[in-house]
Amino acid sequence: MESPLPPVEQRVPGRWQIGTVSSIKEETPRVKSFWIELPMWMPHLPGQHYDVRLTAPDGYRAQRSYSIASSPLDEGRIELTIDRLEDGEVSPYFHDVVVEGDQVEVRGPFTSYFVWRGEKPVLMVGGGSGVVPLMAMLRHRRRTMPDLPMRLVYSVRHADDLIYADELGDDVVLTFTRDAPDGWDGHRGHIDAGLIADAGVDGGIAFVCGSSGFVETASQLLLESDYEPQQIRTERFGPTG
Amino acid sequence: MNGFISRGFTHRRRTPEELADRLPPGQYLESGWPVLTAGPTPDVPTDEWSFRIDGMVAQPREWNWEEFHKLPFETITKDIHCVTKWSKLDATFGGVSMDVLLEEAEPLDAYATFYSYGGYTTNVPVEEITDGKAWVVTEYEGEPLPREHGGPARTLIPHLYFWKSAKWVHGMTVLDHDEPGFWEMNGYNNHGDPWREERYWGD
Repeated sequence: MESPLPPVEQRVPGRWQIGTVSSIKEETPRVKSFWIELPMWMPHLPGQHYDVRLTAPDGYRAQRSYSIASSPLDEGRIELTIDRLEDGEVSPYFHDVVVEGDQVEVRGPFTSYFVWRGEKPVLMVGGGSGVVPLMAMLRHRRRTMPDLPMRLVYSVRHADDLIYADELGDDVVLTFTRDAPDGWDGHRGHIDAGLIADAGVDGGIAFVCGSSGFVETASQLLLESDYEPQQIRTERFGPTG
Repeated sequence: MNGFISRGFTHRRRTPEELADRLPPGQYLESGWPVLTAGPTPDVPTDEWSFRIDGMVAQPREWNWEEFHKLPFETITKDIHCVTKWSKLDATFGGVSMDVLLEEAEPLDAYATFYSYGGYTTNVPVEEITDGKAWVVTEYEGEPLPREHGGPARTLIPHLYFWKSAKWVHGMTVLDHDEPGFWEMNGYNNHGDPWREERYWGD
């Protein structure tokens, strides 16, 4: 049977390793980025994720997956950007307990579909913390192929939900769906066909990441904007934590 | 077990004790039903839907929606486990056992690849979809299966991670060799037993 995808190199990442948190940045009141130094680092593809595992003294364990935010050019370390979910068990630990110098158990990088391998042009549509794997792509493109056409359409609710605020350049089209910062004269409201058109990307490949509802709406808009289903790759954040 | 303890990690998600042994390693209890999909959600009207069994079989078969619903219909209550770490207990589906479908087609070989509207594929050995282990389902909690969860029809193979249960399923091909499907080629484990935590390549 013909697969919709080219096969990829089989390699075996995934051994659990103990990384060290070297720096923590507060991106927003509920989002922090953690740089983690890894003894068994291997290059990832932008869009891939790591699994994180917490172990309590009684042996109880919890695992979650987090997208990598950094470019693979940052050798020996990864950046994970983690949204704090109120009823979660792993994200509140990172936010409330982890400090620089702490050790954390991780393995990765994993899966090779929602990844950017240099295709062009690229349209990315991110909602809230769905921007994280897209930022890995954007950062990598800025450092390797700055002229490659890649645009990010980024939707956030409030002014203080903006992750990576100091890195949003000309290649980003931003919209605030609830309230924008004072003096904002850019887009407001939910992503629509006009916003997609404003991104000025014609054809190529599209990456959509966000909540399930966001992804459903955004990928429908792309279909209406003449993207074919096989040009659209999606990743959804379930109610996990 | 490497003896590593996460400094200061004491929080326990409140999983009732009597349910804890139904959660495979690394899984947590989820009361909702999250969605994992690689692309846009296909829209398959029931009057265009069919389920086929082809490849190495004695008798290739195809059922349209109406024919499918004349087959013996079961209510199935199972725990389901997604590789993204959530598990949902006692999910109730309605559908037709793969045993019923395979009895008519008679597979002659050991491997199956399911294929879906939209291009998704996933591989499962034939022996893992026989003897009451797999179904093609069209209902969830007594209602038509929601589109984002694979409606009008998906497979249900609850003893494996849920990516093995193909949404928007259109058929299966019986093969004389194992052919990795979509996620199996993109990093997830070829087999996918949640109790052995076979999540990724190399697990």
